[in-house]
Amino acid sequence: MLNDLLSRWPLIRQLQTGADGTGAEAMTEHTRNLRPKHYGAEVTRSICPYCGVGCGQLVYHRDGKLISIEGDPESPISRGHLCPKGADTYELHTHSGRQTKVKYRRPYSRRWEEIDLESAMDMVADRLWDTRDRTFQETRHGASLMQTKAIGHLGGATLDNEENYLIKKLFSAGLGMVCISNQARI
Amino acid sequence: MSVTAFLTDSTLCIGCKACEVACKEWNGVGEDGLDWSGFSYDNTGSVGASTWRHVKFVEQTPEPGFGGNAPEMNSWAFSSDVCKHCENAGCLEACPTGSIVRTEFGGVYVQPDICNGCGYCVVSCPFGVVERNEQDGRAFKCTFCYDRQKVGLVPACAKACPTESIQFGEIGALRRKAEERLAELRGRGMRDATVYDPVDTSVGGSHAMFIVRGDPRTYNLPPKPEVPTIYLKKAWASSAIAAALLLGGTLVAFLADGQRNGR
Amino acid sequence: MAENHPVGFQWVIAARERGAKIIHVDPRFNRTSAMADIWVPLRAGSDIIFLGALIHYVLENKKEFRDYVVNYTNASTILRDDFRDTEDLDGLFSGWDADKKKYDPETWLYKGAPSKDSGGEKAGHSDAGGGHGKDRGGEAEDAGKFEADPTLEHPRCVFQVLKRHFSRYTPQMVERYCGVSKEVFLKTAEAFTSASGPEKTAAICYAVGWTQHSKGVQIIRAAAILQLLLGNIGRPGGGILALRGHASIQGSTDIPTLYDILPGYLPMPVFEADSHNLKDYIKKHKARTGLWANFDKYFISLLKAYYGEAANAENEFGFNWLPRVTGDHSHFGYWLEMAEGKMEGLFVMGQNPAVGAPNGRLERKALAKLKWLVVRDMVETETASFWYDSPETERGELSPDDLATEVFLFPAAGTAEKDGTFTNTQRLLQYRNQAVEPPGDARSETWFMYHLGRRLKEKAKNDTRPRNGGLNALTWNYSTRVEHAEPDVEEVLQEINGRSLPDGKLLEGFKALKNDGSTTCGCWIYSGVFPRPGENKANKREPKGYLGHGWGFAWPNDCRIIYNRASARPDGKPWSERKKLVWWDVEKKHWTGLDTPDFEKTTPPDAKENIHRGRGVEALGGAKPFILHPDGVGWLFVASGLKDGPLPTHYEALESPVSNPLYAQQTDPAADKKERPGNEYAASPADPRFPYVLTTYRLTEHHTAGGMSRTLSHLAELQPELFTEVSPELAAEAGLEHGDWATITTPRGIVEARVMVTRRMRAMWVDGRRIHHVGLPYHWGYRGLVTGDIANDLLSISEEPNVRIMEAKALVCNLTPGRRACGAAALTQLAANMKRTSVSTK
Repeated sequence: MLNDLLSRWPLIRQLQTGADGTGAEAMTEHTRNLRPKHYGAEVTRSICPYCGVGCGQLVYHRDGKLISIEGDPESPISRGHLCPKGADTYELHTHSGRQTKVKYRRPYSRRWEEIDLESAMDMVADRLWDTRDRTFQETRHGASLMQTKAIGHLGGATLDNEENYLIKKLFSAGLGMVCISNQARI
Repeated sequence: MSVTAFLTDSTLCIGCKACEVACKEWNGVGEDGLDWSGFSYDNTGSVGASTWRHVKFVEQTPEPGFGGNAPEMNSWAFSSDVCKHCENAGCLEACPTGSIVRTEFGGVYVQPDICNGCGYCVVSCPFGVVERNEQDGRAFKCTFCYDRQKVGLVPACAKACPTESIQFGEIGALRRKAEERLAELRGRGMRDATVYDPVDTSVGGSHAMFIVRGDPRTYNLPPKPEVPTIYLKKAWASSAIAAALLLGGTLVAFLADGQRNGR
Repeated sequence: MAENHPVGFQWVIAARERGAKIIHVDPRFNRTSAMADIWVPLRAGSDIIFLGALIHYVLENKKEFRDYVVNYTNASTILRDDFRDTEDLDGLFSGWDADKKKYDPETWLYKGAPSKDSGGEKAGHSDAGGGHGKDRGGEAEDAGKFEADPTLEHPRCVFQVLKRHFSRYTPQMVERYCGVSKEVFLKTAEAFTSASGPEKTAAICYAVGWTQHSKGVQIIRAAAILQLLLGNIGRPGGGILALRGHASIQGSTDIPTLYDILPGYLPMPVFEADSHNLKDYIKKHKARTGLWANFDKYFISLLKAYYGEAANAENEFGFNWLPRVTGDHSHFGYWLEMAEGKMEGLFVMGQNPAVGAPNGRLERKALAKLKWLVVRDMVETETASFWYDSPETERGELSPDDLATEVFLFPAAGTAEKDGTFTNTQRLLQYRNQAVEPPGDARSETWFMYHLGRRLKEKAKNDTRPRNGGLNALTWNYSTRVEHAEPDVEEVLQEINGRSLPDGKLLEGFKALKNDGSTTCGCWIYSGVFPRPGENKANKREPKGYLGHGWGFAWPNDCRIIYNRASARPDGKPWSERKKLVWWDVEKKHWTGLDTPDFEKTTPPDAKENIHRGRGVEALGGAKPFILHPDGVGWLFVASGLKDGPLPTHYEALESPVSNPLYAQQTDPAADKKERPGNEYAASPADPRFPYVLTTYRLTEHHTAGGMSRTLSHLAELQPELFTEVSPELAAEAGLEHGDWATITTPRGIVEARVMVTRRMRAMWVDGRRIHHVGLPYHWGYRGLVTGDIANDLLSISEEPNVRIMEAKALVCNLTPGRRACGAAALTQLAANMKRTSVSTK
């Protein structure tokens, strides 16, 4: 016990080994046990969310929490490299400015209110249904029009293909919205 | 387990600062100020307690018809600076608490759990790399990603670097690579290319070598860095002489006094 | 490219280190120039003069890759006698209707092609839509009767027309109007053309510096002509590569959320006489030869994916449930209607138009006219907060007290928190796997759309009015996970891939598609991505070979270099050993090589073409690589499909200090300025109130409108403030000090920025006058860790005629020292600048 304690004292270790006190003998327990923070963590393959190059990313996580995000060396596109934006993907997911609740602003209000997700979905569905119903044109000159121009959509180009597919499918093919646009326009 | 090094080749650096961000992301280092410097595209200034990798921007005068890769002119150069992990490290020699150690990879590592913030290392670094964190007073600098190296991983900066300007590997192999690269660049007409690795000074070489065009001083690389402790012997000798003189003087004074008293 | 695609740029550096020459054309010396061998500072907006001069240089010096040009392009095709070039009509092609401000493209057709005169169909160009649809096939659709001269000598063959068209695009013209010396131009031309031919290839990479112009499509067209002449398409190391700025912006047009197209570039039906029923619509858009001969198969399979069992031959597979396009419903088109109070609701998902869109002031004020707005993002963007902290609230133009808009801000999941595929800039689909759950109530768009759709279908289920036919029929039965009831994303990808009916088996590719309702397919070009259960090719991570097959899935058919049949000679052998890619295996009697052949695998190179009478891809025979085109060749001349001409012609930007040196026609005649109060323009050309050329751009350290970068400490610190880059000469002329402030104004907006005086910007001599550029990155806004004025407030909303993109890369501005006024006084300052009659210089 005492031996154990003494051997942690760098000076004793130094005297024992005859080293100059700047190498392993001077390392603390913390240093000797140092491991990368993602050591033994789960890793999930992902793709960088920034530009269109499509660099591979490895997402390290443990117990449902992100630990780090870095390049995927096996990607034939990026070979493990990332640009400053891609290298900041962990912060993108974990920074304190992220929204985690639905915020709602009433007409003429000067403030946000937090509302629960399910109520917010109901409210949006109600407004969408109502506006569509009042503005829908089924025909023009007897021919099929099936259109509403009163509701628009503008999507970012960081959305997934599957997300875009459902947007176009529901908004256009289901609801008849024609004012559908995307970052891809510009 | 091999001794490792960085070789940072500024002729491949695009100045994207991925190394700075990857370093901060991995090591949990925060931003060090949100101020615009007006100095080219560089707003992080220099290597310090909260910037362990730093890309320096050197702007000159571009001419139409010539890009930055034209051997005729060096118009806008970028180079990623970092702790040199000196063979003879001033910081390590100066550290009175044993907080700074040399790792098995040859890197110089500040142990944050026992650094007491005395700051001796700060003044002992010939490159101005080590700096105390203003909040907690402890000294910080590049860890050479000691944690990652321990399990065979490449340091975060070198891994991220998009154009492989920051290379990492066994030091001997990198030294040879640096010489080969220099010959190649000179062969292409870049007569101003040099390898920076101060082996002939008291620093005794470093674990972070650089290939730059033009005067290394432009990139914050001193031409003849010296470890402050080389002056130690001289300082000890002068102190000894001074002490002897003082002692002699005192004795003389005593003797004189005794003589006077004896009278 | 080094600036905005650093990791992609590693391959450029790798090529450079192996001896490739890098030429960078940009008004600014930026980080790409710093890596290049040759920097060409070009006056913003003069690109077509420059590219035209390169084309002229190739033709004049007989540098074209003759065998490629004769066999693989429409160089030999003969044009109609009544076609008139811009050289004949001083900047207009034949067919211009000055009253309607648009072209009738009839005279651009190939000689002998069916036309309205000869009883054929009218040439294309729907009023609505963006040059998509049938136009892509062009009136070459029935290519059977066109005439050709393989000697390329016929005076009306495309090759000769091209020569005449570009005859005045000379090095002298470049020197005088692009601001590039003759020596630098010739050095560039020599470097580029000498890197092309059987043994070598050269690539052109571009981004929105080429597209965000009032003639953006024609700039790309000019690059296409150059590359076709040099034989650089369909070959390794060649191509024209769009460097896309967002993770899935390619995906966002492949599976579009755009008004005028459906997945796989199928046109949305337009409300017009020939599109009221499915038969007419298909007749209008289906080609006889080439891949578009299968148009009906792609389209009906999409309807089956959308509407499921309810779609059948009797109800035209639900064709009349699709809404009809009745005008310009693009971002700008509908936003201007919004500004007029004609819209009620808007969804904005992962986009920040309050900062990212042109004429931000108009865009933000339009939001205040909505009844309700739904924003989905990871952070509170400027678009979500416009009602209380925009410049308009500060300047008294908007006040929350008078503003009725209801705003919902939904927290969105990040990429590591959801499954899904991105399609990258090279058409590669890569699947991401979810690592962790999103925080709190943050959810994916898949979740949002699915649960919103579920609610709406519930509301519609007992409502039998025709408007709900499509909604009730819409297939919407995705499995959900226990956690958050998140839909199974792979099921959606399988729907996109397609299935055969009634067995529900996944399809192996689009060749399996049928036009009788027995297949479903959500996006024909993506078919094959999920060919079997458990085999999600977008999620495959076993790369092999230098093209990385086995890693992800490239459309179409996992082909990595499109039109790669062109990498082999007509006889099927590679043009050279060094540049081989795919070739005909004589023994095995099929196409093989380093890439998946983008060609019928067993069609031998000597298979006779039968374009005159045949159908489908088969009619193209064995030596026509451009299988999407009905004539199977690359188009130097585009007979139809473009709204502003069959050949690229130089026009000045909508706002320019220079008169068009080549033609009386100053600007692209078909471009739409959308001029109106709030979207005013400087006088053209050379408005003395706005003497400088303004060009906007991105920086490495930020991402577009900043929602994903200005909010992050590690990126915010790297570029914390809006700055403007000016040359020392301009700084001296305008009285600016480095590090100080400058105020930039245009007729639309006023912006202040820190001044960066740098020799990376140059004064240019243009037609004996000195022209100055003002460089301005656009990432800042009024929220986030670092804030700044919004550069896009300076832009106008304008529409390039084909794709309706705005002009952001070349406009004019004024520049004065000091900060702008605050509050309402900023508007007074803006108005005062408009009233000035001459430039005040120091």
